[in-house]
Amino acid sequence: MGGPSVRTGLTTWRSTVGSLDPMIEVTNLTKRYGDKTAVDSLTFSVRPGIVTGFLGPNGAGKSTTMRMILGLDRPTAGTATVNGRPYAEHRAPLHEIGALLEAKSIHQGRSAFSHLWAMAATTGVPRRRVEEVIDLVGLTEVARKRAGGFSLGMGQRLGIASALLADPRVVMLDEPVNGLDPEGILWIRNLLKGLAAEGRTVFVSSHLMSEMALTAEHLIVVGRGRLIADVSVAEFTARAASNTVRVRSPQAAQLRDQLAGPDVTITSLEPGVLEITGLTTDQIGDHAAESGFTLHELFPQQASLEEAFMEMTRDAVEYHATTTTTTRAGASPGTPGDELAEAGRAA
Amino acid sequence: MTTAIAPDLTARPERRDLRVTTRRVFRSEWIKFWSLRSTAYTLLGAVVALVAFGLIAASVTSGGGTFEGPGEGATDPTDISLAGTQLAQLVIGTLGVLLTAGEYSTGLIRSTLAAVPRRLPVLWAKAAVFAGVVLAVGAVAVFGAFFGGQAILGSDGASLTDPGVLRAVLGTVVYLTGIGLLGMALGALLRNTAGAVTTLFASIWLLPGLMQVALPDSWNDAIGPYFPSNAGSAFMTVSPGSDLLSPGAGLAVFAGFLAVLLGAAAWQLKRRDA
Repeated sequence: MGGPSVRTGLTTWRSTVGSLDPMIEVTNLTKRYGDKTAVDSLTFSVRPGIVTGFLGPNGAGKSTTMRMILGLDRPTAGTATVNGRPYAEHRAPLHEIGALLEAKSIHQGRSAFSHLWAMAATTGVPRRRVEEVIDLVGLTEVARKRAGGFSLGMGQRLGIASALLADPRVVMLDEPVNGLDPEGILWIRNLLKGLAAEGRTVFVSSHLMSEMALTAEHLIVVGRGRLIADVSVAEFTARAASNTVRVRSPQAAQLRDQLAGPDVTITSLEPGVLEITGLTTDQIGDHAAESGFTLHELFPQQASLEEAFMEMTRDAVEYHATTTTTTRAGASPGTPGDELAEAGRAA
Repeated sequence: MTTAIAPDLTARPERRDLRVTTRRVFRSEWIKFWSLRSTAYTLLGAVVALVAFGLIAASVTSGGGTFEGPGEGATDPTDISLAGTQLAQLVIGTLGVLLTAGEYSTGLIRSTLAAVPRRLPVLWAKAAVFAGVVLAVGAVAVFGAFFGGQAILGSDGASLTDPGVLRAVLGTVVYLTGIGLLGMALGALLRNTAGAVTTLFASIWLLPGLMQVALPDSWNDAIGPYFPSNAGSAFMTVSPGSDLLSPGAGLAVFAGFLAVLLGAAAWQLKRRDA
């Protein structure tokens, strides 16, 4: 695992994880608001010891799912359990799961210290632990100031402090990197890996694939409230790789004729540049050498993770950025018209 | 620093350490109550309103004048010295609304219910903290207003040993506490500060007046005494008139309103999404 040695400050207070595997289990979880289904029969589990990313476009039902796990919202159907029980049945709830939901789940007139101290008091967490988490998230200097004046990033840090307060076996954070600066993002990445390395269950939502690729080992991908994928990041990356080769040559036209074949697809988006599928870089290079063509570029292209993610969730994106109101007439499946229709249905 | 990757089961601390208990939730609500500066200022405002208005009303009356303003028309020396109750209930009722509705408007409720997912202990602890504080602060202010007012009224003043006086003074403390709790219950039910404040004061002040206009006199005579404010007057007034309930019945009706609204707030807190 190569455990990143980040200070979480938790093990100094008490040793952590117990005998039972801490985890989140969600079974057929469904939430409907009127006739709109926010979460649609989701089933997945989140294991300890690794960071699990909860990935999906905005409006995919990630936050609603997390609220149901925490017992804030009542599922229309299905169940969500934390460490084997519905959250509300735990006697020491903050020790089971520490959560960051929306950043400002705090009274703006109260100081960060008072907020954490009041939360800590519900479960008997000592005052020195409150000071400790404040130091850990880097809010020491502003801890006695009104939280109303906090920036989004400071609000996130405060939320993370409250999540870590009672040495939780499961850490669940909703979009924790929102509003953080690059230094803060790096910090939280290491923090999450450190928490997982201590054997905790770490469940983090994001709508950014690139961020999850750097932080998570496993992914739960959702779109429109439905499960799209439950895969390891490695597998996701492998799936994302495509076998397109980009070739730039002053003799592109001739090369194109040379390479044409039954299993080969060649497109040209700009003069002198070919995008070739069906041949490896070796094959293309050899062909070019035999025919004496000059190659200025020969480059295997991998779809980026972000592209793979968008591809995967394309049909599940709730709101497309569209300014036109094209009619659907004549739109065939897969055309922008179809997406418009989807967006129209979702609206 | 060492990081425990393999958990040592024998070293696992007693989980009992971190259990949520009634006492701990009460302590948490106590911290929340006093860590908002606005709360203390609001309470201070209620004290000032009670004492200042009582003293002003007593001064005006002892000078042979007729006091105009909240509580006007009182002729009993005790009632005169407690003229500020009308204003103080506005302040305390609003504070009650803010304590619950404010949890929703700020988003704090999510943190609160994540910490105490059984939910109901939060409402009871909040109510207990608030009631305790208002009883204590209200007692100081009400007795202050009473003794101050009687000192100004001099020989026309009342004594705590006079019939009905102690009951009226204590009744005022209880009434203020009750109005605070009604505000708290309405804030929890409506989850909206403006809506709950409006509802509270419309039912205390406007509704009785509107009913007087809208309903035939015979109906109004039958229903009128049961409005929360009139039920309160029944045990806050030294000698309640024939249009009011008896002090005991008034207290019972007032407590009934409180029980119903707090019960409704609890029921809704338990079942509605946060």
